[in-house]
Amino acid sequence: MSTLKEAPPALEVRGLRTQFPGRQGLVRAVDGVSFAIRRGEILGLVGESGSGKSVTGFSILGLVEPPGKVVAGEVLLAGRRISGLDGAAMRRIRGAEVAMVFQDPLMTLNPVLRIGTQMAAAVRAHDRVSRAAAWDRAEQALTTVGIPSPRARLDAYPHQLSGGMRQRVAIATALLHRPKAIIADEPTTALDVSIQGQILAEVRRLADETGTAFLWITHDLAVVSSLADALCVMYAGRVVERGPADAVIAAPRHPYTVALVGSVPSGHAPGARLPQLAAGLPPRGADGAPDSGCPFRTRCPRATEVCAAPPPERDFGAGHTALCHHPVEAAA
Amino acid sequence: MSGAIAEGWREYRRSPVAVVALLVVLAIVALALLAPWIAPQDPYDQAGLDLFDARLPPGEVGSGGYVHWLGTDNAGRDLLSAILYGLRLSLMISVSAGTVALVLGTAIGLSAAYYGGWFGALAMRVVDLQLSLPAILLALVLVAMLGQGVPQLMAALVAAQYAYFARTAYGAASAERRKDYIEAALSTPLSGRRVLLRHLLPNTLPPLIVVVTVQIATAISLEATLSFLGLGLPITRPSLGLLISNGFQFLLSGRYWISVYPGITLMVTVLAINLVGDQLRQVLNPKHRR
Amino acid sequence: MSELLRIERASKRFRQPVPLGDRLAAWLGRPRPPRAVQAVTDVSLTVARGEVVGLVGESGCGKSTLGRMVAGIYTPSEGAVLFEGAPVMPGGHKRSPRVQMIHQDPFASLDPRMKVGETVAEGPVAHGIVSRAGADALVAETLRRVGLDPALRNRYPHQFSGGQRQRVAIARALALNPALLVLDEPVASLDVSIQAQVLNLFMDLREAAAGGSGLTSLFISHDLGVVRHVSDRVAIMYLGRIVELAPTRTLYAAPAHPYTRALLDSVPRLGQGRGVFHPIAGELPSPLAPPPGCHFHPRCPHAGPRCRVEAPALLPVAPGQSAACHLHHGGTAAAATA
Repeated sequence: MSTLKEAPPALEVRGLRTQFPGRQGLVRAVDGVSFAIRRGEILGLVGESGSGKSVTGFSILGLVEPPGKVVAGEVLLAGRRISGLDGAAMRRIRGAEVAMVFQDPLMTLNPVLRIGTQMAAAVRAHDRVSRAAAWDRAEQALTTVGIPSPRARLDAYPHQLSGGMRQRVAIATALLHRPKAIIADEPTTALDVSIQGQILAEVRRLADETGTAFLWITHDLAVVSSLADALCVMYAGRVVERGPADAVIAAPRHPYTVALVGSVPSGHAPGARLPQLAAGLPPRGADGAPDSGCPFRTRCPRATEVCAAPPPERDFGAGHTALCHHPVEAAA
Repeated sequence: MSGAIAEGWREYRRSPVAVVALLVVLAIVALALLAPWIAPQDPYDQAGLDLFDARLPPGEVGSGGYVHWLGTDNAGRDLLSAILYGLRLSLMISVSAGTVALVLGTAIGLSAAYYGGWFGALAMRVVDLQLSLPAILLALVLVAMLGQGVPQLMAALVAAQYAYFARTAYGAASAERRKDYIEAALSTPLSGRRVLLRHLLPNTLPPLIVVVTVQIATAISLEATLSFLGLGLPITRPSLGLLISNGFQFLLSGRYWISVYPGITLMVTVLAINLVGDQLRQVLNPKHRR
Repeated sequence: MSELLRIERASKRFRQPVPLGDRLAAWLGRPRPPRAVQAVTDVSLTVARGEVVGLVGESGCGKSTLGRMVAGIYTPSEGAVLFEGAPVMPGGHKRSPRVQMIHQDPFASLDPRMKVGETVAEGPVAHGIVSRAGADALVAETLRRVGLDPALRNRYPHQFSGGQRQRVAIARALALNPALLVLDEPVASLDVSIQAQVLNLFMDLREAAAGGSGLTSLFISHDLGVVRHVSDRVAIMYLGRIVELAPTRTLYAAPAHPYTRALLDSVPRLGQGRGVFHPIAGELPSPLAPPPGCHFHPRCPHAGPRCRVEAPALLPVAPGQSAACHLHHGGTAAAATA
C-alpha cells in the first residue's frame, strides 16, 4: 500500500514556461504551469483559444517549433526527468513512453500508406520485432480501442475510414507501446456527438484498465466534466484554477471559471440572456511581457486595485485551488 | 490598405538581396525612360552614324568628339547609347506585352473558374495544351507568320504568355471561388459580374503580381532571343537581343564589347526582376508570413 | 401566426464527379452507374413569421444543404421551397434579398480585401434599398445594432476578433432588412465566452424585431444545448431526412424518435457525473450509401424487420410533434402493415 502511495505520478510538469517572440514583445504562451497526473487518471486541461493549453502539450513533448522556446520548467515521466533531453533521446521516448493524439488524425497519418503499414512502422520504431509480429500487435491495439473487424481496417487507407474511426486508430497507435501517458489535443472536437460519446467511453475504460494517464486538452467543459478526474483551467498561459472535476464544475471559484461554466447555454432557461464576459487582453508590463498581476483583471467583474499584485493561491480543500484575490464563494 | 503596404514592405526588407535587386530594377527603368536625354547619341538616327567610328574599343574618342565608354558597334553606333535605347525598347515591348497578357489571361482564367462548365473546361484545356509547348517555339512560329515589327513581336509575346496568367488566375480563383465569402455574396444576392469583379478579382491578384514580374523578365529574354535569331525587330532599331546578335560575329576576333555589354545588361535586368519577383512571392504568400 | 416559409417535399441530389479512371473504364465497356449523394430526401417543413426553428443533426444529415436551398444557393432537385408563397429562385440577382444567410466561419465568410463598412453597405446599395449617399447612415446604424462601434467601418476583417467578425456578418445580413435569416452553425467556431455574446445578440435582435418586422430564423446547429436555448421548434435530421419535429420543450422532455433520444443521451452535459456515457452504437453511415428502409435502423435498439425495408413517414405522434418511426405507427414487426 505504501509503495503505491510513494509511486511518482505518471506525468508531472513543474513550472513550465514557453515563450514566443511577438510583434509587441515576448509572448508567454505557457507561464509557469505545474500539474501531476497519476496512473490511470485523466486530467482535463481546459481553456479558450490562445490560453496556451496546446502549447503546454507540445512543450511537454519537446515539440515547440522555433522561434518558440521552452525557457524553464521540468517534465517528469514516472519520476524520470525528460525535459532537456537531446533530440535523439526524446525521439526514443516519444511514441513509446509518452504519445500524442491530435484533433485531426489525418495530420499524422500518411495518406498513401495502409493503416497497418503505418502502425507496424510505429511498433518497429521502438521494438525490434518481425513485420508479422508488428501487424499482430497493431491488430490487438485496434481491438483494444473497440474497432470491429480490425484486420480489415489494417488493410484500409486513411481516407477510407470515417473521422471517428481514424481517431480510434490514432488512439490505438498511441497505445501501441503502453505509454505511461498520452497527451490528447482536442481529440473529439471534429467528431459528431454520437461518435464523440463512443470515444469518450472508450478512453475512460482504457485509462481504468491500462493505467495510462491522459492529459485531455480541450475547450469543451462538458466533455471533460464527464471524462476527467481532475481539471486545470488555463487563462493567458497560467493555470488559474485546479481541482477534482466535479468540484470545479459544481462550485467554480475563479471568476474566469465561473464565466466559462456560466456561458454554457444548457445551464440556463431557454431564451434567457447568458452571462457574458467583457473583452480585454491580459495587461502588459513596460517590457511588453505580461505583468505579474492577475491576467484576468481586465475582464473580471470582481477586479479591484489589489489585482495588480500577484494573485495568491487559495485552497478550498480536497486539492481544489484558485489563483485569485477575490474568489467566488461556494453556492449554498 | 496603406497599412498592408507598410507591412508588406517590412516583410520585403528582410532580404537585402531583394532590396538591392529592387533598386537595380528601379535604376534600369529610370535609365530606359531617360535614354533620349542621357544617351550621348541617337542610335536610331541613321544619318548621324559614321562608318569610320565602327567597332571602336571602349574608351576611344570617335568622330563626334566624345568618349565611347563602351565602344561602338559595327555600324558605328555608340554602344552605351544603343544599350540605353535597346533597354527602353525591350522594356517597352515586354511590359506592354506582359500587361496585355495579364489582362487577357486573367479574364480567361477568372471566367473559367467562375462560370466553370464546358466553357471553363474548354478554355483551360486550350491553356494547358499551350503550356505544354515551349513559349519560344510558339513565338517563333507566330513571328514567322506575322512578320517583323514591334506590334507583331508584341502579339507573339502576348500569345506565348497569356496562358501562364490564365493558369495562375484559374488556380487562385478556383480556390477563392469555394470560400464562404463568395457564397455569401452570391446568396445576398449580388450580380455575377459584381462578385467576379469586386470579390473574386481582388483576391486573385496577389499571385498574379508575382507572375507579372517573372513573365516580364521572360518576355525580355524571349524578345532578345527572337531578335538574336533575326526574327524580332528590324536592324535599324536595335533592341538588346539584336545588339548581342550583331556583335556575335566579332566576338572571336577580340571585339568582345559589342556583344558582351548588351549581354551583361540583359542578364542583370532579367536577374534583378526575377529576384524582386521571388521576394514578392514570399511577401504575398500568407504561408510564408510569421 | 402566418406562414413565411414552406418547404414542400424538397430533395437535393449532388452528382459525384466521375473519376477519370471510371470514365476510361466506361469507354472500355465497363460502364458504372453515375454516383449521386442524396443530401436531402423529401423534406417538408413550414416556418411561421417570427418563429425560430432549430435544425439539428450530425455531419451528412443534410441540414446545411437544406439551409442553402432556403437561402437560394441550391435549387431543389425535387419539390419546392416557397418564401411568402413564391418559389425561392436561385441564380439570378433579381431574387429578393429578404432571405439572408449567416455562415459558420466568420474568418472565411467576409471578403478579406474589403473594408467591413463596404461589406455591410454593398448589398443594400446593389438592391437599391439605400442610395450610395445614404449608405453611410445605414452602415452606422446597423453596426450599432450588432454592438460594434461605427468608427470601425474602415477596418479590414483581419483587424477584428472572431466574435466581432461574426457581428459584422450578422450586420451584413441585417442591413438588407431580411424577413428570414438562415444561420448555419453561427457560433460553432467561436470560443465559449464569445459564443454567449453572439447568442445574446441574436436573442436581443429577435426581441427587438418581434413587434415590427419579425426576425424569423432557421437556426442550423449540431449543438443541442445551443438550439434548445434559442429555438421555438426543433427539427432533428438524420441522413437527409427529418426524423422528428416538435416544439423545443416537448422534444427535449419527451423525444419520440429513438435517434433523438440517443442523441440527447450522448451529449456530454455539465455536471452529469463522471464516467456516465450513453453513446449511440455504430458508425454514421455514408450519405453515398445510406441503409435501406429507415436510415437509422442499423444503430437503433428497437429496429424490427419492417424498419429494414420500409422508410417511415414523418407523422404526428402528439399535438405539434411528429416523428418518422414505425414504433409509433403500426409497429416494427410486420413489413406489410400500413
